[in-house]
Amino acid sequence: MDNDQIDRIIDKHQNDASSLIQILLEIQREHRWLPKAVIERVREKLDVPLSRIQHIVTFYKAFSLIPKGRHEIHVCTGTACHVRGAPRLLDSVQDLTGIKPGETDMDLKFSLETVGCVGCCALGPVMVVDGEYYGKMAPAKSEKVLINYD
Amino acid sequence: MPRINSPAELEKFRKDILSKRDPKKPCIAVCTGTGCLALGASKVVAAIKEEIKKQGLESKVKVEADIRETGCPGFCERGPLLVIYPEEICYLQVQPEDAKEIISQTILAGNVVDRLLYTGPKPDEKIVQESEIPFYKNQKRLLIGNNIRMDPKSIEDYLAAGGYRALVKALCENTPEQVLELVKKAELRGRGGAGFPAGKKWEFTRNSQDETKYVVVNADEGDPGAFMDRALLEGNPHSVLEGLLIGAYAIGANEGFIYVRQEYPLAVENATIAIRQAEESGFLGKNILGSGFDFNVHLHQGAGAFVCGEETALLMSLEGKPGEPNQKPPYPAVKGLWGKPTNINNVETWANVPLIINKGAEFFTSIGTEKSKGTKIFSLVGKVNNTGLVEVPMGITLKDIIYEIGGGIPGGKKFKAVQTGGPSGGCIPEEHLDIKVDFDELAKVGAIMGSGGMIVMDEDTCMVDVAKYFLNFLTDESCGKCAPCREGIRQMLKILTNISKGKGKEGDVELLQEMAEITRDASLCALGGSAPNPVLSTIRYFRGEYEAHINEGKCPAFVCKDLISFYIDPEKCTACMICLRKCPADAIIGGKKQIHVIDQEKCTNCGTCYEVCPTRFAAIRRLSGEPVPPPIPEEERTIVGASKK
Repeated sequence: MDNDQIDRIIDKHQNDASSLIQILLEIQREHRWLPKAVIERVREKLDVPLSRIQHIVTFYKAFSLIPKGRHEIHVCTGTACHVRGAPRLLDSVQDLTGIKPGETDMDLKFSLETVGCVGCCALGPVMVVDGEYYGKMAPAKSEKVLINYD
Repeated sequence: MPRINSPAELEKFRKDILSKRDPKKPCIAVCTGTGCLALGASKVVAAIKEEIKKQGLESKVKVEADIRETGCPGFCERGPLLVIYPEEICYLQVQPEDAKEIISQTILAGNVVDRLLYTGPKPDEKIVQESEIPFYKNQKRLLIGNNIRMDPKSIEDYLAAGGYRALVKALCENTPEQVLELVKKAELRGRGGAGFPAGKKWEFTRNSQDETKYVVVNADEGDPGAFMDRALLEGNPHSVLEGLLIGAYAIGANEGFIYVRQEYPLAVENATIAIRQAEESGFLGKNILGSGFDFNVHLHQGAGAFVCGEETALLMSLEGKPGEPNQKPPYPAVKGLWGKPTNINNVETWANVPLIINKGAEFFTSIGTEKSKGTKIFSLVGKVNNTGLVEVPMGITLKDIIYEIGGGIPGGKKFKAVQTGGPSGGCIPEEHLDIKVDFDELAKVGAIMGSGGMIVMDEDTCMVDVAKYFLNFLTDESCGKCAPCREGIRQMLKILTNISKGKGKEGDVELLQEMAEITRDASLCALGGSAPNPVLSTIRYFRGEYEAHINEGKCPAFVCKDLISFYIDPEKCTACMICLRKCPADAIIGGKKQIHVIDQEKCTNCGTCYEVCPTRFAAIRRLSGEPVPPPIPEEERTIVGASKK
């Protein structure tokens, strides 16, 4: 992500430091992670302390300070999914990908995250891959889904 | 959309919209809320559009039908949902392949497609109309019932349904004081959890001495297992805006914010569109409807922090800071956003306001119990047949919600508990199912109304695991600012984890209770203050389960992995190889005509074999608190023709 792109997003929010979270969210959405250079640019433009940006990006879950894989897997661990077997689904996804929640594999293929609730409680347990929802996921079914991503 | 400058112009515009609409023309409403989208609703819409075009060409008559993509009407279990107006024919679990028949049979020939209808308990009992389906029939859908009647992206749909009439009434026929009095008289209580009277809250903010005041919609619905606010904001964003406008007028605020979590992309999208439309048509901006009242709204996205649902944390986040709560008092009504008096209400609370203005306080207070008026939307989920969103009058019993509307527990299993109020709530056992659901009654049994999550649990749910689950969630979400919450939850989780691993000690339950009380009393905000509720309520009603874990190393629900094992009953195994193939750990030894045996060393207790073993064999046994019988000797494993019988 180059400085022009970052500047454009910041300009959209009128260089307003109180929009810091909104600005970072937009950058995160476009670039999918926040490299050091990007954070540095935001700090410079908005003239806020680096510590404040660090505080925010480590406080909120939406931000990532490490690169994300090509495919993002979200396993819903909301209560409804939990009582319908989400922990076992998560185990099997971890086994298949070799990564834990919050991690990205070495080939940058998959990133795995858990999510509090995606609001599809009727379909639990739910797994979301790149925004595509997979409902009523038995652990054994997850392999069939993930095999289609490369 | 023209700018509307006065009530008269609005009514004229409304008439124009209605005159262009033929109430007899069929309208196919397809739910495209997040739940139905996940089930493929967008493909259904595309297929129907395609069919209308195709069949129109073939039959050379123009197929007259509108398609409306709507918000969630609630019956997520049977999505994608489709309702055809004006007859109100409700089709469930519609697939793209059904489009052809829906157009040729229902739209063109006027017949009902039987197989897509709701089927009652008796297989020949088909129900055509949406409102007659038991799931809907037993509800009182004052808010959520509007979702299927409008496209959330169309302000015209909202106006056609009588939208912004309450705004006119408030702004042009009442003083702010009169509006405030009306809301107070309606006894509207906040739907976000605590149930604080909304009118009183508004009054505090109104009476605060400051020129600048703010109003905020709290749409940071973080409770796992709750999605009613999402459905409202996604499905009917203008109703929330209208409520906010009326509130702002009563309070004397000229600026408002909608704080919505970024995990709800569709809600963000629809609310953004609604704000833009309202600005263009003059419902937002300067001199609204010629009343002299100015008001603007901004949308702010949450970045993924449960604690931001707490109002002081939410305000910090709005200011672009980490969402760490502050000490109350001063309350936001006195010192809120940027130090100015601020009134924060939840989505559902705001959505109730236009209803109260339109129908009057008497109407609103006629529904509900003595101290809780109106309806409440719950997300009924977990181990229940009809999962989805339900809107019920306050005072309905839990039993009616779970059995009459929810259709009971699936698979003939036994009900164990219902969890209300999310991570701040508690579990209610069967003996209390007859209590009337309102703010105060739920609190009496150790749970809370909360924002409206209602998770049904059956006999296969372990209550220690449930308590552990919530604390696990909360340790992650505790912001860490105050020690009682940060450390208290963590230490309680440690004890619970030990118990679930069979390492519990005598006295653990008492220690949990003691720590729960300290965490509750000493925490800075409501997150820590209510965090012990799941622990305390499970101990209160299911102490026996805790004791089984601690004393016998037994998990009665067969959930805690470290305390269970799986065993193949050699008498029942027919060597069908299904479990052997499905086992993710390759822990099953066997072959054709070889009785299967589980290698306990390799087994990860994932339970896959138990799930896949055909019920007619039911050869897998779950064990807990007892030793696993030794595997049968290898020489006895071969099944010879006769012994199979």
